[in-house]
Amino acid sequence: MLDWINVIVQGVLVGGLYAMFAAGLSLIFGIMRLVNIAHGDLIVLAAYLALVTVETLGIGPLAALVIVAPLMALIGYGLQRLVLNRTLGDDLLPPLLVTFGLSVIIQNGLLELFSADSRRLQAGAIEVASFPLMPGVAIGLLPLLSFVVAVAVIGALQLVLYRTALGRAFRATADDPAVAQLMGLDNRHIFGLAMALSLAVVAVAGVLLAVRSNFDPAIGPARLIFGFESVIIGGLGSLWGTLLGGILLGVAQAIGAQIDPGWQTLAGHLMFLLVLTVRPEGLFPKVRG
Amino acid sequence: MTQVRVEYANRTGRAGIWLMLLAVAVLAAAPAWGGRDDLRLLSEIYAYVGLASLWNLLAGYAGLVSVGQQAYVGLGAYLLFALTLQVGMPPLLAIPAAGIMAAAIAMPVAGLLFRLRGHYFAIGTWIVAEVFRLLASQAAVLGGGSGLSLPAGIVTSIAATRQAREFLIYWVALALMLVVLALIVWLLRSRYGLALKAIRDNELAARSNGIDVTRIKVIVYITTAFGTAMLGALIFLQKLRISPDAAFSVNDWTAFVIFMTVIGGIGRIEGPIIGTVVFFVLRQTLADLGTLYLLLLGAVAIVVMLWAPKGIWGLIVDRFGWQVFPLERQIVLDNVVLDNVGPDNVVLDDRAD
Repeated sequence: MLDWINVIVQGVLVGGLYAMFAAGLSLIFGIMRLVNIAHGDLIVLAAYLALVTVETLGIGPLAALVIVAPLMALIGYGLQRLVLNRTLGDDLLPPLLVTFGLSVIIQNGLLELFSADSRRLQAGAIEVASFPLMPGVAIGLLPLLSFVVAVAVIGALQLVLYRTALGRAFRATADDPAVAQLMGLDNRHIFGLAMALSLAVVAVAGVLLAVRSNFDPAIGPARLIFGFESVIIGGLGSLWGTLLGGILLGVAQAIGAQIDPGWQTLAGHLMFLLVLTVRPEGLFPKVRG
Repeated sequence: MTQVRVEYANRTGRAGIWLMLLAVAVLAAAPAWGGRDDLRLLSEIYAYVGLASLWNLLAGYAGLVSVGQQAYVGLGAYLLFALTLQVGMPPLLAIPAAGIMAAAIAMPVAGLLFRLRGHYFAIGTWIVAEVFRLLASQAAVLGGGSGLSLPAGIVTSIAATRQAREFLIYWVALALMLVVLALIVWLLRSRYGLALKAIRDNELAARSNGIDVTRIKVIVYITTAFGTAMLGALIFLQKLRISPDAAFSVNDWTAFVIFMTVIGGIGRIEGPIIGTVVFFVLRQTLADLGTLYLLLLGAVAIVVMLWAPKGIWGLIVDRFGWQVFPLERQIVLDNVVLDNVGPDNVVLDDRAD
């Protein structure tokens, strides 16, 4: 019994990370109907940027975010203005194929620079610190911290979207790009900012990933898939739904892994397919616009 | 009285058919003029022409962008191994059998995937491929995670001598490519083909003209699964060894295939063929570059998609009006060909913008 409580707690904590993978993805899909196939590889890119920052400056992983997050945001803005804006339109193919090409470029670029060896960010004593939740169930400080960060980031995104002028501009462009433009918004710039925000979130996700587990250049696609599954399980358009989707995915994987280590990822996929069969609109779809 | 009829081929099209027949004859005679390596390379090219043409049918015509076609390559390959090893079916018979079984499996999969729209469909296909891969690595009878080899007994059952085996498999590869191409041409020339082109150009307009869009997309999805699985079975019959990572590789069976189609020209039947040839020329010359080669390929695909979205063949068609496959419908009045009145010509021009 205690085993199972442990499994579920760990699953929930991992779910926060998955929700982080998903948040950037659903943000840009919501605003410009772009599914970024390179999203997972960008998370891995952020992890490597953090690794380089930590190793050259000798600072801690969280402090490295001060450099990595703005850097990723800058990359996002440039990418959107120079490449991705050209792909937007009624046709589905260009954005999918261009981001797919981007994914291959990032993966092989990282492979060329850093080799296929798996790496990890050292976070110091915090890595092994834990405290007991109840007798027999202990929570690692690091997983808990990453979960709290995930919730905080999603809360902050929610605030940006619904309480700021920038968020209003995002929502206006999402609702009707043509009208938004008539009202004086520069869509190309707005889309650039949205991608910048998305990749800033990606930077946080990348750093959390890098301190929590080993990473190598090839793990990007699986992160994209976990993020995507969280979005669909949670229901489109709702960030809190996405968080719950991530948690459910994390718990499903943890339960699968408990039954048989080979079933970890598979159990997550099956959970996703089950939701798609029973409730294709997701568990908590957004009701209001 | 003015007679009206529809012609499928223009002058270059008719010349194209003769050129193609000549090419097929030369290629069919390859065992007479080529060495073992040539046959191997050509068979690989045939398999990729087939895979790229099928992906083009799916994405270029039906608008179903899949990044998970490795699901059916791997499924076909595993079905071939299962049918020959467990059931004792002759390998060459197992190829079409694997295709039919994969098509049957594709039906419920389509039912699930078609709940996802547009972009999300793409990632959904990838998840299905991952599920297949993970299930394959759980299947202990088929070697689990480390895979297994085809025993010598089954290999020699194809033909007694090594040379006879190689020739036979070469001709099967050529024949399978031709079957896949013929299947696609036949589908596109049928009334489903007209519907598909209408969907490609404007799904909403197609729907409002009474086309059952979902039904046609499901038909294309299942047809593609059928062909892709047969090609997968053939590819791994040549490799003689299978493992989940190789059989369900997203790079080998989807990324390369997408690059070929995009570079050659998506939404045209000649595109994937040109693209495959270009891909192999690049690979033979740049293979030493290793990962840099893949990096370059990704960059070329992005550049083509952004600045020449119709690919190499699209540029050729725009400039010279050539066509090889008799697919364009043109209305002929009293032997006077009215250029640019066929629905295809009009819509193809629209698509450029």
